[in-house]
Amino acid sequence: MKVLVPVKRVVDYNVKVRVKSDGTGVDIANVKMSMNPFDEIALEEATRLKEAGKVTEVVAISCGVDKCQETLRTGMAIGADRGILVQTDVELEPLAVAKLIKALADKEQPQLIILGKQAIDDDSNQTGQMLAALLGWPQATFASKVVLEDGKATVTREVDGGLETLALTLPAIITTDLRLNEPRYVTLPNIMKAKKKPLDVTTPADLGVDVTPRLKTLKVVEPAKRSAGIIVPDAATLVAKLRTEAKVI
Amino acid sequence: MVALVIAEHDNASLKGSTLHTVTAAAQCGGDVHVLVAGSNAGAAAAAAAQIAGVSKVIVADAPHFADGLAENVAEQILALAQGDAYSHILAPATAYGKNILPRVAAKLDVAQISEITKVDAPDTFERPIYAGNAIAYVQSSDKIKVITVRATGFDAAAATGGTAATETVTAVADSGKSSFVGRELAKSDRPELTAAKVIVSGGRGMGSGEAFKVLEPLADKLNAAMGASRAAVDAGYVPNDWQVGQTGKIVAPNLYIAVGISGAIQHLAGMKDSKVIVAINKDPEAPIFSVADYGIVGDLFDVVPQLVAELG
Repeated sequence: MKVLVPVKRVVDYNVKVRVKSDGTGVDIANVKMSMNPFDEIALEEATRLKEAGKVTEVVAISCGVDKCQETLRTGMAIGADRGILVQTDVELEPLAVAKLIKALADKEQPQLIILGKQAIDDDSNQTGQMLAALLGWPQATFASKVVLEDGKATVTREVDGGLETLALTLPAIITTDLRLNEPRYVTLPNIMKAKKKPLDVTTPADLGVDVTPRLKTLKVVEPAKRSAGIIVPDAATLVAKLRTEAKVI
Repeated sequence: MVALVIAEHDNASLKGSTLHTVTAAAQCGGDVHVLVAGSNAGAAAAAAAQIAGVSKVIVADAPHFADGLAENVAEQILALAQGDAYSHILAPATAYGKNILPRVAAKLDVAQISEITKVDAPDTFERPIYAGNAIAYVQSSDKIKVITVRATGFDAAAATGGTAATETVTAVADSGKSSFVGRELAKSDRPELTAAKVIVSGGRGMGSGEAFKVLEPLADKLNAAMGASRAAVDAGYVPNDWQVGQTGKIVAPNLYIAVGISGAIQHLAGMKDSKVIVAINKDPEAPIFSVADYGIVGDLFDVVPQLVAELG
C-alpha cells in the first residue's frame, strides 16, 4: 500500500513572529523555517507503518516556494521514499492545497493520505477534511492511534470530552494529533541518504489546478496587549486583590 | 441572507458552543436557522427552538447521525445548502465543527474561514493566526461563507425566549464509508473547561499526576474547571482533554490561575484572552508573568494551600 504525506514549510514553532508595521502580514524574512510539527508526526506514522510491513511506499508532498525542497529532504530523512514539490509563489489556501493533492492522489493512487491536523502558521485545520471531501473518501481527524488491517483503518480520535474510535474503509484520510507518536530525530547518515532520493517538481498548471486565493487579507494587526501586571508578596494579598480590585471571586 | 448554524449536541441537549455560534450567525445580518442532525434528537431540537434569535430549526433524524460522523453530517448540510439557500454556514470551532465543516466548504468549492473571533461585515471577519500572535482581517469573495466560530469571541445567545418553527427534513443516506466503534469519555463533576468562569491549570512544575491533587481544593473553593499545559499532558499527569493551548482548548474565563506553567507561546494562545490571569511560579523569569495580572513567585506547594486557607 502506498501512503502520501503532505508536509508544509512553516515558521519554526519556537519563533515569536512579529506583525509587519504596514499591516500586510507577519515578518517571515530571515526567520527560521521548519517542517510543521503535525506533519512530522504524520511522516513518522507513515514510516512506522512501513517498518511494520503494512505500507510499501511513502511519498512526501509539499506545495509552495522552491525552498520547500528542504522540507521534503527532511521528510525523506525521516523515512519518505521520494518527494514531490508542487512549485508556486502564490500564497496557497487550504482549498487550493487540497485540490493540488487530489490531483496527485489521482495519479499516484494511494490507499492512505496522512496529514497534520493543522499548520501552526494559518491555524486553519481544513486541508485534510477538504481533501477527503474532494476525493470522496472517509476521514479520521485528530488521530491519536492508527491500526491498519483487513482493508480498514481503525483510528482513535481526540475529541472534546475524551476519545472516540472510528473504522474507515480504505482509501481514507487521517489527520494527526500531537499524541499519535514521537517523531524520530533525523540522523546525519539519513540526511545524506535523503539527498539521493528522487524529488520531482511540478506546478499547479501541470496539474490543471487553479490556485487563485478566495480570501483577501485586508490587514494583519497585533493582538491587544495586556497591561503589565504586578507581583504580590503572598496569598493573602492575592486573595484581597482578586476580591476588591479585580472582583473575579 | 440566511445563516445556517450547525448545532453541536449529544442528541439529548445542546452544547454551549452552539449558543455562541448563534450570536456570531446573527451578526452576519440575516435570519438564523439551526440544523440539528442526530438520532432521537427531539430534546436537542426542542432546546434549539428556544434559543433567542433563531427563526427556524431544521431536524434531520436518522440512526447514522447518532455519533456525528463527518461524512454523513456534511452531506446533510450540502443537501440543505443547494440552490443558494444560505449565505452563511457556521459551526462551533470545536472538535465537532472543525471535523465537519471543511468537507462542506470543499464540496461547495469555497474557502473556509476558521475560528473567527469577530464579524466586521457579512463578508469580513477577524481571526487569530500564528498561535494568536497576529489577528488577520479577511474578506471572502465566495458566494457562501463557510465559517467556524471561536466560542470565546462571542457571547452566548439566550437559551430561552425564542419561538422558532421546527421543520423535519428527509435524512440523507448513510455514506457507509466510516462507522463508529466506541467512545471513552473522561468523567468529571467539575464545570466544562471551555464554559467555566474560573480555571485552575497546572503545568510541568506540578512534577507528577499525584501533585494535581494539590489543586483540587483550590478548584473546589472557586467552583473551577481544571486545565493543564501540554507539558503536563505529555508527561502523562492528566488526560489530553485538559489541555489548554493552540492545539488544545481555547478558553477565556473570568479568572485563570496558572500554576507551575512557564507560559510557552502555544499555551498562551489558549488562555491569553482570560479576563484576569494569575500566575504562581517559582521562576521569576517565566514568560507567564508577562501576561499575568497578578503573580506570586514561590513554590506552588506552599502557595496553593495558603490560597485555599485564605479563601476560607
